[in-house]
Amino acid sequence: MTWGSFDNFLAMGGYGLYVWGSYGVTLVLMAAELVLLARRRRNAVERAR
Amino acid sequence: MSINWFKYSSPQTFFPLAGTLAAFFGTLAALACAVGLYIGFFVAPTDAQQGESYRIIFIHVPAAWMSMFLYVVMAFWAGVGLAFNTRLSGMMASAIAPTGALFTFIALWTGSLWGKPTWGTWWVWDARLTSELILLFLYFGFMALQAAIDDPRRADKAGALLALVGVVNVPIIYFSVKWWNTLHQGASVSLSKSPTMATTMLTAMLIMTFGFWFYGIAAVLLRARCIVLERERGSEWTTKYLRAAA
Repeated sequence: MTWGSFDNFLAMGGYGLYVWGSYGVTLVLMAAELVLLARRRRNAVERAR
Repeated sequence: MSINWFKYSSPQTFFPLAGTLAAFFGTLAALACAVGLYIGFFVAPTDAQQGESYRIIFIHVPAAWMSMFLYVVMAFWAGVGLAFNTRLSGMMASAIAPTGALFTFIALWTGSLWGKPTWGTWWVWDARLTSELILLFLYFGFMALQAAIDDPRRADKAGALLALVGVVNVPIIYFSVKWWNTLHQGASVSLSKSPTMATTMLTAMLIMTFGFWFYGIAAVLLRARCIVLERERGSEWTTKYLRAAA
């Protein structure tokens, strides 16, 4: 699969909003989970000390 | 050789092992997702019917599979905790719920964004979508119930009952597309017949499934470690561990 240009890649054949909307939200949520886990661990360690 | 199956059921021995395993599976998850996305976006061809919108499949199907799988694992640990009264089992069940809810939400969200261009609607109350939404509410209900009970052991027991009753919903989700006439398509991949997809598409989807699976394992283990620290606070081994780590 060759896209030709980066613009074509972003456009996703006209479905850019749907495809990137899916991938973007998934990435943000997973990153948020990891940040929350790191924060929870910090709190747990502090309170356990 | 006899294996002591109960060795790792003690939070004290589980804690360092979980840390090592989380790092291992986290790395594997990143690798699998990188390879899966590469194949999904640069090797797999355009779909003849759906154009590029089908590329949502590489996260939609893995997330949906994980949402059901994690629920079964959560119910399993909840059941083990209820039957054998082992401390760690309840902690595992609690650790799984938020990640399971996350995958369920991702499955619904990406499904909605896929449904709009393909079906012309963000949402329909068909059996597949509705039962998956119920799964999200089961995860939320489990978390809310546990959060509402102060004593963690009692919270585990109440949560376990809810988790075990709710497991009925998983086969309903899975077979919904067979049992009812749904807008959602039937399974493209099943154990009984060969997949109805191009090989590269299937490969990307399966690699992404492993990526999400490993991510789920890593996230659950990291959360289980937090829960162990929260619940075992004040015990001799946590104090010792934290002093050594400082």
